[in-house]
Amino acid sequence: MHIIVCIKQVPETTEVRINPETNTLIREGVKSIINPFDMYAIEEGIRLKEKFGGKVTVLTMGPPQADAALKEAISLGADEGVLVCDRAFAGSDTWATSYTLSGAIKKLGAFDLILCGKQASDGDTAQVGPGISTHLDIPQVTYVKKIEEVKDNTMRVERMLEEGFEIIETPLPALLTVVKEINEPRLPSLRGMMKAKTAKIISFTQKDLNLDPQNIGLCGSPTQVVKIFTPPQRTGGQIISGEIPEITAKLVELIKDEVH
Amino acid sequence: MDYLLSEEAKMVQELARKIAVEKIKPVAAKHDQTEEYPWEIIKVVGEAGLFGLFIPQEYGGLGINVMNLCLATEELSRACGGIAVCYAASALGTFPIVLFGNEEQKKKYLPDLASGKKVAAFAVTEPEAGSDASAIKTTAKKVGDHYILNGLKHFITNGGDAETYVVIAMTDKARGARGASAFIVEKGTPGFSFGKKEDKFGIRASSTRELIFTDCKIPKENLLAKEGMGFIVTMRTFDMSRPGVAAQALGIAQGALDLAVKYARERHQFGKPISSFQGIQWMIADMATEIEAARGLVYSTARMVDAGMTGVSKESAMAKMFASDVAMKVSVDALQIFGGYGYMKDYPIEKYVRDAKITQIYEGTNQIQRNIIALQVIKEAAK
Repeated sequence: MHIIVCIKQVPETTEVRINPETNTLIREGVKSIINPFDMYAIEEGIRLKEKFGGKVTVLTMGPPQADAALKEAISLGADEGVLVCDRAFAGSDTWATSYTLSGAIKKLGAFDLILCGKQASDGDTAQVGPGISTHLDIPQVTYVKKIEEVKDNTMRVERMLEEGFEIIETPLPALLTVVKEINEPRLPSLRGMMKAKTAKIISFTQKDLNLDPQNIGLCGSPTQVVKIFTPPQRTGGQIISGEIPEITAKLVELIKDEVH
Repeated sequence: MDYLLSEEAKMVQELARKIAVEKIKPVAAKHDQTEEYPWEIIKVVGEAGLFGLFIPQEYGGLGINVMNLCLATEELSRACGGIAVCYAASALGTFPIVLFGNEEQKKKYLPDLASGKKVAAFAVTEPEAGSDASAIKTTAKKVGDHYILNGLKHFITNGGDAETYVVIAMTDKARGARGASAFIVEKGTPGFSFGKKEDKFGIRASSTRELIFTDCKIPKENLLAKEGMGFIVTMRTFDMSRPGVAAQALGIAQGALDLAVKYARERHQFGKPISSFQGIQWMIADMATEIEAARGLVYSTARMVDAGMTGVSKESAMAKMFASDVAMKVSVDALQIFGGYGYMKDYPIEKYVRDAKITQIYEGTNQIQRNIIALQVIKEAAK
């Protein structure tokens, strides 16, 4: 089984600071880590490999220092790391990123499964995973909390919904995005860390991938960030008490007021 | 301070720190309270490969490296002295096999100990034989192809939970210390049972138990080295493991200081954090300096052992004695910085005082360590 895990390097903080002029993340002085949700994808990939054999390739797009994230994944048990890195890819939004990553995946050759975390902790969009599957024209199942069964050409998974879950059977190759309920990621091993230290990271540039220039980097990114704000917190609401006819009448009044 | 650690040593330190912070810290108080053996942590430590630090590569380990063992023990102890000793005691029980085992014995026992699937224990102490190990009463009598063990060992760390025990017993009482031999005894051997589990002041996550041998028949292949080598096995083992106890003390001291500094910065009195008061600052300065001095001694000794130097008993004793005295003093002072809160079990600091105390006692009391140091210093002067 060839499993490709797509990961992203993110700042290690839940309180991301935004540059108010450029509307982009301030990354200076913040330690970089693997997006926490991607850790579950890596773990699931390694577990599948341990069970069925094969190989886990970790893939990321980012600056040269993102190779640290790939090496960390190798220390956990991934077999190889691929870094998609080129000035031409800078400024990519989720559209351009998923297009570029799908190009890298095509270049990698045959695969059975692509795993992604459900979303990144910095952008929180949850769009890149589904975007990759769309560009590759393969099925996608999002918010997977359990892989129930793996057959030669199909896979049955449980997908988490807000209330309850769904069981879905999908043909392979497919792309899954996973939630944290799926497993408990392991810590690296000393052997793994030593292996990662000397591991060679495969690097893809625009020259290697030869992608459509209209769909990559800043000019291939239709997203425009107009404004970034924290939505106001919901307030406590109002509790109406009393006898039912009385409450009902009061409620109707309140709704009328609200509508007007 | 930079300790000029190798790349590999830095990895060991980083990994052990990760385990300590992410896995041990959240469960330390629970294990202290329930006295349950921390199998879930042993599993994590095993998967990480840290049990391999005291086992040669050809038997599934990563090669013996006392410095790396010390770094791992120090980091684990920083989060919990009790859980860390379960790890360190397995090293203690494994060293005799690594140092004196023959090929068959190494092949049979070391791979499972390297993976952490099994843990080991070393059984020397008896009710009447503490510092005076020559007073051992447990006997091993050769009958045909077997040895028959009879006697009682007590205060055995990992007792009951370990699968592999190295037991010191007398094969020839008339020869005194030269009549002791070392044996490998597996858990489950008929005639080998466990007695009282101790209710301890500190390191409560670890098990400390009596081992009872009643006509316990073990194959002669389980003899380590030769008959009469028991004390040499013991002394050589302690030379390897003593820096580890020193590292445990060092970790406890560092963990206590970490907590005290954090608390001093958060706790406000008279409208200021108490860390702004000179009385507290001077305590912190002394604690930090003493810890660095202890660390210097521990790391230097570990490096001497790794360099293959023999006759490191003096340095090992100094490291163990000094680091454990520092751990005791620093943990008591750290509790003092916490004031009344420090005395309460709601705060983690009192546990460090309890965990520190044993490091002044076991693997040779600090008084015995001073005997070793003084004798060696005087001997050197007489040359």
